Amino acid sequence: MAPIVRMNGINKRFLGVDALKDIDLELHAGEVHALVGENGAGKSTLMKILAGAHRPDTGTIVLNGQLVSFASPVHAQRAGIAIVHQEMTLLPDRSVAENVYLGREPVRRGHVDRARMQAATADLLDRLGERGITPRTPVRRLPVAQQQVVEIVKALSMDARVIAMDEPTAALAEHEVELLYDLVGRLRADGIAVLYVSHRMREVFDLSQRITVLKDGALVTSAATTEMTPDQLVRAMVGRPLDAMFPDRAKTRGPVRVSVRGGGNERLRDITIDLAAGEIVGLAGLQGAGRSAVARALTGVDPLTRGEVEVDDRPVRIRSPRAAIRHGIAHVTEDRKGEGLALRQTVRDNTMLVRNAVFGRSRIDVDRLLGSVGLAAGRTGQEVRFLSGGNQQKVVLAKWLAVAPKVLVADEPTRGIDVGAKRGVYELLRELACSGVAILMISSELPELIGMSDRILVMRDGHLAGELPAGSSEEAVMALATGSGA
Amino acid sequence: MTATQAAQPVRHNATSRGRVTPTLMVYLALVVLLVVGSVLVAMRGGVLLDHGGILNILTRSTVLGLVAIGQTMVILTGSLDLSPAYLIGLCSLIAAETMAGDPGMVVPAVLLTVGFAALVGLVNGLVITALKVNAFIATLGVALIIRGYLENTYTGPAGSVPRGFQHLGYDRIGPVPLSTVVMLVIAVAVWWYLTRTKGGYHVYAVGGDAEVARLSGIRTGRTIVMTHVLCSVMAGLAALFLVSRLGSGAPLVGADGGYDLESIAAVVLGGTLLSGGRGGVAGTIGGVLILATLDTVFDDLGVTPFLKDVVRGAVLIVAVALYARSQLARRAR
Repeated sequence: MAPIVRMNGINKRFLGVDALKDIDLELHAGEVHALVGENGAGKSTLMKILAGAHRPDTGTIVLNGQLVSFASPVHAQRAGIAIVHQEMTLLPDRSVAENVYLGREPVRRGHVDRARMQAATADLLDRLGERGITPRTPVRRLPVAQQQVVEIVKALSMDARVIAMDEPTAALAEHEVELLYDLVGRLRADGIAVLYVSHRMREVFDLSQRITVLKDGALVTSAATTEMTPDQLVRAMVGRPLDAMFPDRAKTRGPVRVSVRGGGNERLRDITIDLAAGEIVGLAGLQGAGRSAVARALTGVDPLTRGEVEVDDRPVRIRSPRAAIRHGIAHVTEDRKGEGLALRQTVRDNTMLVRNAVFGRSRIDVDRLLGSVGLAAGRTGQEVRFLSGGNQQKVVLAKWLAVAPKVLVADEPTRGIDVGAKRGVYELLRELACSGVAILMISSELPELIGMSDRILVMRDGHLAGELPAGSSEEAVMALATGSGA
Repeated sequence: MTATQAAQPVRHNATSRGRVTPTLMVYLALVVLLVVGSVLVAMRGGVLLDHGGILNILTRSTVLGLVAIGQTMVILTGSLDLSPAYLIGLCSLIAAETMAGDPGMVVPAVLLTVGFAALVGLVNGLVITALKVNAFIATLGVALIIRGYLENTYTGPAGSVPRGFQHLGYDRIGPVPLSTVVMLVIAVAVWWYLTRTKGGYHVYAVGGDAEVARLSGIRTGRTIVMTHVLCSVMAGLAALFLVSRLGSGAPLVGADGGYDLESIAAVVLGGTLLSGGRGGVAGTIGGVLILATLDTVFDDLGVTPFLKDVVRGAVLIVAVALYARSQLARRAR
């Protein structure tokens, strides 16, 4: 049978980096096609090209035998391709029906035909067997799983024949996932082609008929789901050589500097972690598993509401970033430009920011501090926004060195910086550890995390799924992170 | 499709029962205020809601009401308009000078005034959407430009309206001024527009999330420009009412009335979210009536203007804090 959609030789570059290299993809009616890969493998980019949010540099998309090119997502929608986003694109204060027909409201004699809109929405909800949702309810009052149903109803209301779902279970609780399974089953039965983007092994094998694996923007393999084992799939996703660019690991482990017992909050449960002087502990997990939530809890951004925390064997309560800093916990945030730096201020001002704010004004040798992170002395008066990503990250590190932390939580410390600068950050982190700082490092890049860590904690769904020793394989980490048990 | 309607299952909607919407809160507050005000005024030997009192409240509500109706639409899209006060002053002069006491010039003057107001709204909207200037700054800039022109060109009232045009400001239907009736008719029309038409739906969508609206194929820029045009037209109408009462145009008639900030206060008091996407005209009219009633009560009690402003400020803050609380409670559910 001819596919509904055939994508051929898709290439896409962003700022000189290959995001997608020569990708082919076919979607068939009544088939769930799983698209898997690590963070940054190109899944989202491919999906956005299909849905008209990006245009491919080269390559073609054939829809129902016709060559198509979409100027915008609206055009793709009109052609029958809808996308169900990971983050909701609904208006919380508008009703279910109003959201479903947003921008396409049926009109009768100059006014919106609300009766027809609500009846049509109710019909679609019935078609999905969804009886708990009233078309007139404001979306704000629906639980997340039902909001997702509304997104799918919206797609169906456009007569979509192709629905792309981006990590649809990311925001769902365990029992809500079952609901989504049913829903996807019904879409299949209706002859809709589903592109299912996920990196959860279980869902991929439960739902899909075909799996395509992307890695670093290239297609690794594409096969029928029945012809693949979870083992093979994990290997296809991660298999790459480990670079020899990481400094030597610690030989000794000092006293415990910070310990969390049974910590929890809205995003986390039952977190128990010890971080000792001299070690770098890696925190792995899929996006949304709660890695950053741990970082944000330890550093008082989104504090823990349950459990005990001790710093140097003394019980402490960390209820704000200021409290965390006072207790010697530093936070290299995930979003360097948004949260880590005052971009329009100078290197000097940024370096002194935390120290001055929390410990009062005092004189220290800024040049020496910047020198220790490898920044030339001539840079102190420059505005931070003119620095390269790597040098910006050095300023962030210098900022924290200025307060002599006991614990450093580094969330994606090498994001968006080039290979040479990465190496610099690795060495700095290791030096810091050797000087007695306990480091918790988060990274979506598994080779980096494995290369740096003295041990690895793996998170899944807001709790710690397990611990792995230094030098564990990517497969082992992924198995714990996805819960595939492979 | 319609065949399934009969077979539709009963849908339970427990959550919509017993909910106090901001609009309901506003009118409850208004009733409480009227009762408390009446008692206070009675203690001083007066009557709040006699013929004169009602007339006073409604007259005060009319001009502010018009401006606030326009402001409601603008704020619902997530924008803001700081220019109505000076625009009203300029429009009053355009109307009065064009009429110059000649009954034959009434219609051209009204058209010219409304047309000019619309043009200013168009400028506001285009500066915001095309030049991407923040609405606060854009409309403040336009307000300052108009003020500069007014101060440079006029030293006091100018122009005059024919006696016939004054009917608009002084005629009454029972205790209700004609102008109030016109304002309420416009309020109903705008309510219908916002809640029943496609354009109105898009106003809420743009204010709720401009990006979501854009991706749904809504022309967000056009929606914002249109609300600004309508808002300025409302200011133009307000100017016509003021002129008909004053008999001539006055450069500072809008600024003295504080219609820029006061209209925003009325909208917010009426439960419309300042960031847009939620609220409506019904609440705004309630907010306007509350502000007008407060004024009237204070006048009857002979309270100093200073205390008046203090109480108005406090009322506004308490109201918005209450809305924020009820919103939190709903989310925590």
